[in-house]
Amino acid sequence: MMGLVARLALGLWLAAAVAAPRPRALRVCADPNNMPFSNRSGQGFENRIARLIGRDLREPVAYSWWAQRRGFIRNTLSAERCDVVIGIVAGDDQVRTTTPYYSSTYVFVTRRSSRLRLASMNDPRLHRLRIGIHVIGDGYNSLPPGVALAGRGIVRNVVGYSIYGNYARPSPPSALITAVAHGDIDVAIAWGPLAGYYAARSPVPLDVSPVTTTMAGNGIPFYYAIAMGVRPSDTAMQATLQHELDTRGEAIRTILREYHIPIAHDGGGAGAGARTSARAQAIADASHRAPGENRP
Amino acid sequence: MHTHGKRDGGSWIATAMIIASLAACRGQEAPMAMAATGKAPPAGSGAEAPGAPAPGSWPLPGRNAQGWRYSPLAQITADNVRNLKVAWTFSTGTARGFEGQPLVVDSTMYVVSPYPNHVFALDLAKVGGPVKWHYLPATAPASQGEACCDVVNRGASYADGKIVFNRLDDHTVALDAKTGKVVWDTKLDSIEEGATMTMAPLVVDNLVLVGNSGAELGVHGWAAALDLGSGKVVWRAYSTGPDSEVKIGPGFKPYYPQYKGKDLGVSSWPPDQWKLGGGTVWGWMTYDPELDMLYYGTANPGVWNPDMRPGDNLWSAGVFARDPRTGNARWAYQFTPHDSWDYDGVNENIPVDLDIGGQQRKVVVHFDRNGFAYTIDRLTGQVLVARPYQSLNWATGVNPQTGKPDRVPSKETHQGVNTTDICPSSTGARDQEPAAFSPRTGLFYTPSTDLCMDYKGLRASYIAGTPYLGADVRMYAGPGGWNGRGQVIAWDATSGKKVWTITERFPVWSGPVVTGSDVLFYGTMDGWFKAVNARTGQELWKFKVGSGIVGNPMTYLGPDGKQYVAVYSGIGGWAGAIALGLSANDPTAALGATGAMPDLPKYTAPGGMLYVFALP
Repeated sequence: MMGLVARLALGLWLAAAVAAPRPRALRVCADPNNMPFSNRSGQGFENRIARLIGRDLREPVAYSWWAQRRGFIRNTLSAERCDVVIGIVAGDDQVRTTTPYYSSTYVFVTRRSSRLRLASMNDPRLHRLRIGIHVIGDGYNSLPPGVALAGRGIVRNVVGYSIYGNYARPSPPSALITAVAHGDIDVAIAWGPLAGYYAARSPVPLDVSPVTTTMAGNGIPFYYAIAMGVRPSDTAMQATLQHELDTRGEAIRTILREYHIPIAHDGGGAGAGARTSARAQAIADASHRAPGENRP
Repeated sequence: MHTHGKRDGGSWIATAMIIASLAACRGQEAPMAMAATGKAPPAGSGAEAPGAPAPGSWPLPGRNAQGWRYSPLAQITADNVRNLKVAWTFSTGTARGFEGQPLVVDSTMYVVSPYPNHVFALDLAKVGGPVKWHYLPATAPASQGEACCDVVNRGASYADGKIVFNRLDDHTVALDAKTGKVVWDTKLDSIEEGATMTMAPLVVDNLVLVGNSGAELGVHGWAAALDLGSGKVVWRAYSTGPDSEVKIGPGFKPYYPQYKGKDLGVSSWPPDQWKLGGGTVWGWMTYDPELDMLYYGTANPGVWNPDMRPGDNLWSAGVFARDPRTGNARWAYQFTPHDSWDYDGVNENIPVDLDIGGQQRKVVVHFDRNGFAYTIDRLTGQVLVARPYQSLNWATGVNPQTGKPDRVPSKETHQGVNTTDICPSSTGARDQEPAAFSPRTGLFYTPSTDLCMDYKGLRASYIAGTPYLGADVRMYAGPGGWNGRGQVIAWDATSGKKVWTITERFPVWSGPVVTGSDVLFYGTMDGWFKAVNARTGQELWKFKVGSGIVGNPMTYLGPDGKQYVAVYSGIGGWAGAIALGLSANDPTAALGATGAMPDLPKYTAPGGMLYVFALP
């Protein structure tokens, strides 16, 4: 049987443990192998933004690593293994988001030597060029470039690169950009941040140009606004992050520029300016709207 | 309103004029097997299939290689089953979806758990079934993130003193059945590329037959045979790609013309798309020793929305008949060409001999996810009967001349286009949970699911840093209503008709066992283990287990000479995932399945327990 003194001591120790300030950290949910966004070595722009916020909050950054696929939010943020997702598409109803802090679009990536200079999805050359796109396996969906190409009957000259790729290799989605440099395909149509970063580092000079066509078809846009995400109940963390975005917009924009992230200007940049971006809001709304009401 | 299942299903009974010439052909192709095994008895005789195991044992997933899930044991009868009691239980410590079934050979029961794939050998000669040995493999934790539909495992096979099972991280492992020591361990695929292994191996003579999972992630589906003694790969046949990879050669004699031609596994896709073509092999394989043919189904075509892959997308969503020794394809048939609903064709193909139109026919019977039940000539691949066994509206029937479904264009899915009231839902009129066949009643007993779905609206998603709007898939109760989302159906495969139907609140995700006394056992997702009369469907007995049942009951003779019935209790799997803590507020979780099961958590919670029942 436990002595009275021991019980008192234990009680005091428990009380102290409860009363002591919890060791705090900015707990970030992130993919350990997904440049230019994040990696385990902290080289991604989302790692940089997390460090910036951690410094401001005087908290160390602690990561919960999980491949960013179906189940990512469920296994990280919702499981309370971490509290913040640095980048998530605005309108993702699994999370509560800040206002968007950057917006980008899908882009064409070509070899500079090919002088293709593509801009529109209606360019007739797309019927004969060898086109690479990312493919996903979730619920029979394509990314916007796949929707746009299929809607134009451009199918037989399209090569799919799994967005999941081989996770044993660094940043599996980057294989699509490498394929342009290697000449396996003439053009890749890829999400801007990935394309901008890898094109800038390609030993073969590559051109990156935004897809100027607004909609891929069936209510699916090429343009997306990116925000930070927290658990739906975590209004305190949302407010903290919103304050960071509102006051540190220029520093964040500097990081994005360093990583050659193509910014879609009509979506608004980082910080307060993005808060009321009508365009970003429209994109977020589109995700909740029946597509029949929203055809281009 | 739903329209479903009441149309003419397009069934027909084929003339048997080609039988004679085919029989000659068969004699050439499988002489050894013919000599070794003799003729299968006709249905209704009550006789076991060729090559059946000892009456009290259960060495293979479906007990016999044909996958009948029939046991001749008859101590437990319609009259005394009401006295059935729990004899003993065993907790596995793994509270995930318990698909599959235990095995019993030589006074030992073998249990494989979901990830991390514990294997237990339980000593049936001792009271309470104590643990003889326990094996815990070093299954890679990352494999949990790759599996589409819970981290399930569908069990093991026993042969030649070995227990053979698959790890979620793509290893096939053989253990010494006496000691639990590893005999061999062969890695067959890569979780880094999205592949997992969840199916139960089937052992045919000295060959271990396995396949991969992960068509959702665009993996390249395959089946393989490993040498039972060494674990070395004897052959591997892919489900898409050039004939050399699919193992299609001069011996390939499909019945329908659309399957004849060079490299159709390439040309029925846009260029190179077959490389991410899916067609994984994660269902129950079956084997007919009489014809020496292996049968297995292939999963949905990989990745892409359907508009990006015009063509039939061969050989996804179909069945292969192969020579198990070489892997060479003998024939193929595609249940759902150009699948746009996730109607995997992986469900088992059960070899039986049936009297169809006055002719004895050697057939396989297959209950597809697409809602049709097929009776197919197992020598030629000719469809003899194809009738809906569940609500369906994506097709009006199966054309007798072509073997193709008559599709309903308004039910095809296109990303960003509202397509509503599609029956069945992606979970299918039946998922992996297998059917049983009784040689006494001549009937098949299939579990079933009555759900429909909408591809409606768009939902913001983000994968690997890449945003998109994808289809918002929602599933809901089919025409049977919320109190009738599941059924057990007794099916006459000669005519394509239901003989009786039992309705359950939740999808029936448990493959029945039927016995030599015409008692049928199955479990429900809300945790009832039931015995019914196999001839009438009349309920005889039920018992509430701790967690919902998505596994398959089996029966065996204990060393004490008594008949026992065993089943896993452990909710999970695709339809049961909501009970594992997926958000009930998100009807699109688990690829839309949680929306159809919002009330399941009120009835059950996770578990991982083996129950064994006996008469007092």
